[in-house]
Amino acid sequence: MPILSLIIWIPLLGAAVILFVPKEWTRLIQLIALVCSSISFALACYLLTMFDLSSGALQFAENVQWVPEMGMTYSLAIDGLSLSMILLTTLITIACLFASLSQTDRVKAYFAWFMLLETAVLGVFAAQDWFLFYMFWEITLVPMFFLIGIWGGARKGPASLSFFLYTLGGSIFMLLGIIAAYVNSPTQSFDMSVLVQNNAGWSAELQALIFFGFFLGMAVKIPAFPLHGWLPLAHVEAPVPVSMFLSAILLKMGAYGLFRAGILLPLGLEWFLPILFALGLINIVYGALMAWRQDDLKGMVAYSSISHMGFVLLGVAAMTVAGFTGAIMQMVTHGIITAALFFLIGVLYEQAKTRNISDFGGLSRQIPRYGVMMSIALLASMGLPGLAGFISEFHVILGAFEHWGLYVAIASVGILVTAAYSLRTIGFMFTGALDTRWNHLQDIRGSQMLVGLVLVFLMVAIGVFPSPALNIVNSTATQMIEVLK
Amino acid sequence: MNFQSLVDLLVTDTLETSLPRFRPELLLCASMVLMLLVRIVRGGEKVPSFLLAILGSMAALWSALPGGGMSSWAELEPCQLFTGMLVYDTLYAYTRVFLLTFLVLFVILSRLTGIADRDEGQDYYTLVFGATLGMCLMASANHLIVVFLGIEMASVPSYVLAGIIRGRRRSSEASLKYAIYGAGTAGVMLYGISLLAGVLGTAHLPTMAQRLGAQRLAALEISSVVEEPAQITEVKVEAEEEQTAAKTEDSDADDSGHPGTQGHPGARGHEVAASKAKLTPMVLALGGLMLGVGLAFKLSAVPFHFWCPDVFEGASAEVDAFLSVASKTAAMVLLLRIGLGLGIQPEANSFMVLLVGMAAVATCTFGNLAAYGQTNIKRMLAYSTIAHAGYMMMAVAAAIALVGKDPAQMRVAVQSLLLYASIYFFMNLGAFSFVAFMRNALGSEEIKDYAGLIRSCPWMTVAMVAILFSLVGLPPLAGFIGKFRIFQALFEAGGPWMMFLLVVAGLNTAISLVYYLRVAKTLCMDPEPENRGPVSLGFLPMAYTLLVSFPVLLFGILPDWLADWAYQATAHLF
Repeated sequence: MPILSLIIWIPLLGAAVILFVPKEWTRLIQLIALVCSSISFALACYLLTMFDLSSGALQFAENVQWVPEMGMTYSLAIDGLSLSMILLTTLITIACLFASLSQTDRVKAYFAWFMLLETAVLGVFAAQDWFLFYMFWEITLVPMFFLIGIWGGARKGPASLSFFLYTLGGSIFMLLGIIAAYVNSPTQSFDMSVLVQNNAGWSAELQALIFFGFFLGMAVKIPAFPLHGWLPLAHVEAPVPVSMFLSAILLKMGAYGLFRAGILLPLGLEWFLPILFALGLINIVYGALMAWRQDDLKGMVAYSSISHMGFVLLGVAAMTVAGFTGAIMQMVTHGIITAALFFLIGVLYEQAKTRNISDFGGLSRQIPRYGVMMSIALLASMGLPGLAGFISEFHVILGAFEHWGLYVAIASVGILVTAAYSLRTIGFMFTGALDTRWNHLQDIRGSQMLVGLVLVFLMVAIGVFPSPALNIVNSTATQMIEVLK
Repeated sequence: MNFQSLVDLLVTDTLETSLPRFRPELLLCASMVLMLLVRIVRGGEKVPSFLLAILGSMAALWSALPGGGMSSWAELEPCQLFTGMLVYDTLYAYTRVFLLTFLVLFVILSRLTGIADRDEGQDYYTLVFGATLGMCLMASANHLIVVFLGIEMASVPSYVLAGIIRGRRRSSEASLKYAIYGAGTAGVMLYGISLLAGVLGTAHLPTMAQRLGAQRLAALEISSVVEEPAQITEVKVEAEEEQTAAKTEDSDADDSGHPGTQGHPGARGHEVAASKAKLTPMVLALGGLMLGVGLAFKLSAVPFHFWCPDVFEGASAEVDAFLSVASKTAAMVLLLRIGLGLGIQPEANSFMVLLVGMAAVATCTFGNLAAYGQTNIKRMLAYSTIAHAGYMMMAVAAAIALVGKDPAQMRVAVQSLLLYASIYFFMNLGAFSFVAFMRNALGSEEIKDYAGLIRSCPWMTVAMVAILFSLVGLPPLAGFIGKFRIFQALFEAGGPWMMFLLVVAGLNTAISLVYYLRVAKTLCMDPEPENRGPVSLGFLPMAYTLLVSFPVLLFGILPDWLADWAYQATAHLF
């Protein structure tokens, strides 16, 4: 059974079915979307049970000739990195769809675009052919452009355009990098594993140059300073479920691609390590400082994403098993945590119609369940031991310390500032006197409660028992380091 | 060889070699004549000219298709037609099928939009057929006279077509502007052709290439011979310099016959030859540049693009589709023929690569930057065609750079050009048919009047948005495949100049995103204006637009057979 293909294409099938449903039947449209994404998630869980955790090799490979004359194959396979990303994507999509149930404007188009987005992202994580990878990578732009541009906030036009422009501007250079790798290899193939075998003959300069092309594409997505300009705007203007998806999944595409490009171009990666390290530190500190200055909750979480993605860069720059493991874990845990944060912000915004931290106060009396969830999510984002964020950041710092020594200490500035703004937000929102204008707020319940609980449960579970999650990525990280060394 | 055998040869060449292979063009001519003459016969005015046009174009297309299916092109025997005036090879066969397919679709489009009504239908179709015939000649030109003839045959009907909407000032203005520009560049080109033919003694392209090579060798010989005597007789030569310069012109013609009567015959003869050797490359370069002006006009390459936006805005959208696809592709194939034909000589090669490359960079960048501020969709698409001509010229530059060095990769570069042009065919035909149908439905060609069309006519709008994304070059749409292949060809050609072209192409792709997306945004995101009534299009226009834009998706996902045809079309190029 081509299980990976099923996981990828079932959401698109859902989108196609949705297009033929009359637009008034919103319940049916929502149901189709939920069912299709749930099937994908169930299949991804099935994949997990069948996956050989002790091996870092590619599994569940599917290989079909596509355009043989141009060296393109439809080639899918997963390792621990891909598997964790696919699990995260399918899970977070369901959460996003639940958060979208309150969407009332042009429901049909909205869910169809969302399903296409899921297909494209899953394709990116499973593709083992650079051409296919690039194709899926670019396809993600179109649904995202429309999701932000049609259903976004007041400045949706500039937000969607700058998102598109930044990403395309970066990925064009990735395309040039891909073509350069293809042209320089004797075999006419874009297959990742075939290209890797050809890299021995490439000089360090060539590899660094090609890697630079790849890096430009990835750095926009991650986003690495100074290519992060699109992110705060897109996050603040996007509707809540789209913000969730954007920060939880789309940013991870950049980090994921960075790993793949690093394997393809080991000397290029080595050449770039100091830059990656420096950019990681800048991201951590700059993102945290900017998040500290935000009053808009969404803006705060957006900048905190820049800060947390800095840890992924740091983990890659570490070039150690611990660093790689930490980076991949950070991708997963950050996905869960920011999805939860954006989701909870959306729940509050629906009722309060404001997202400014300074408007709130003493909410824990009015909406206690919500308060607990939000506080746990913020604490997890801060990196409190016992919650998910700690495990990954700890690994990253451990790994980076082995390679870079005391310079890693600069990251602690970022961690301190993160603690400051997280705690300040909890303090502002949930303690003190309750403003009377918040008396009408209802506590979280129903399906929203369920989504929140699942995400919070995952944060606590990974924080307390990290070993199952670590097992998924560990052998892959080990394998990658072996290849690179 | 006596006169009799010469005539016999001519007759066999015409009757047995040329005319059978020229059948599609003859069919075009026949249908033109038929359309014009049918009204003389009683009751002939009742025969709809559309019927004649569609039958004539389909018959021509049918006879142009290769006998054993599309993949049997490689078996075609290349040869020269009409005593070397035309070249018949797979590239020509491909381009001819391309042009005639476009003609068929174009005739249907004209019928659906109602641009060619009963009264002037036959004029309109005759002009279109005539222009197509000219384009076929351009694509098969093997002689500079045919180059000129083809360009003029394609241009003159186009001037009229641009102004075919009677009583519209903009339309007449566009037509006049186009004609004046065309006439000016044609004059320059003709001068260039006469310079080239004068220096090389022939206008037959393959012979020209040979003579170019011989010229270079002769120049080398002369310069090596001249070196030594020149040093000995330096003083005298310098003293004679003024005299010589004054007399060079007349002695050019007959320097061999009159070895000179003033003392040092040997030195003088060498001196004249040397100055001629110095002069000749200059004249050749000048002639080449002037010929390039004529081509650049047809390609609307910067700096000869000024007519393009005005003509596109003034002419009807259907004619724009014709000009942007058929005319441009024919000119591109002609540029390729001349470029490869002359560029096979190493010295002409670098000059031509530089020339085409520079024009490509300027054209591409200018087109994209100028498209930004446009509010009229036809004007915007005009600048977009300028930009796309720039991408295609990059492929030509890569092909010229590779010719004679790496034939296999040169074929890939030419393939990328043909692939791009074939994909561009559907993108632009789709875009302009959308514009034409919307003009009929909304009465406007302003981008802002397209606001919110996704709600009134979703299918058409989806097709248009897909075309716009394909024009940007986003996967999985076909525009991406075309661009991807061109990038690859540039990489294969290698060298700093090609890398520069590559980076320019990449940056341009990012720049172009903004103005295409703005149209997509207006179509899908902006609220509908309140005063707009229901937009009624009818089934056929919608079906037509969907049909011509479907390949944009199809070739994006399954490009292999189109790519295969395009590759076979390159079989006989060196």
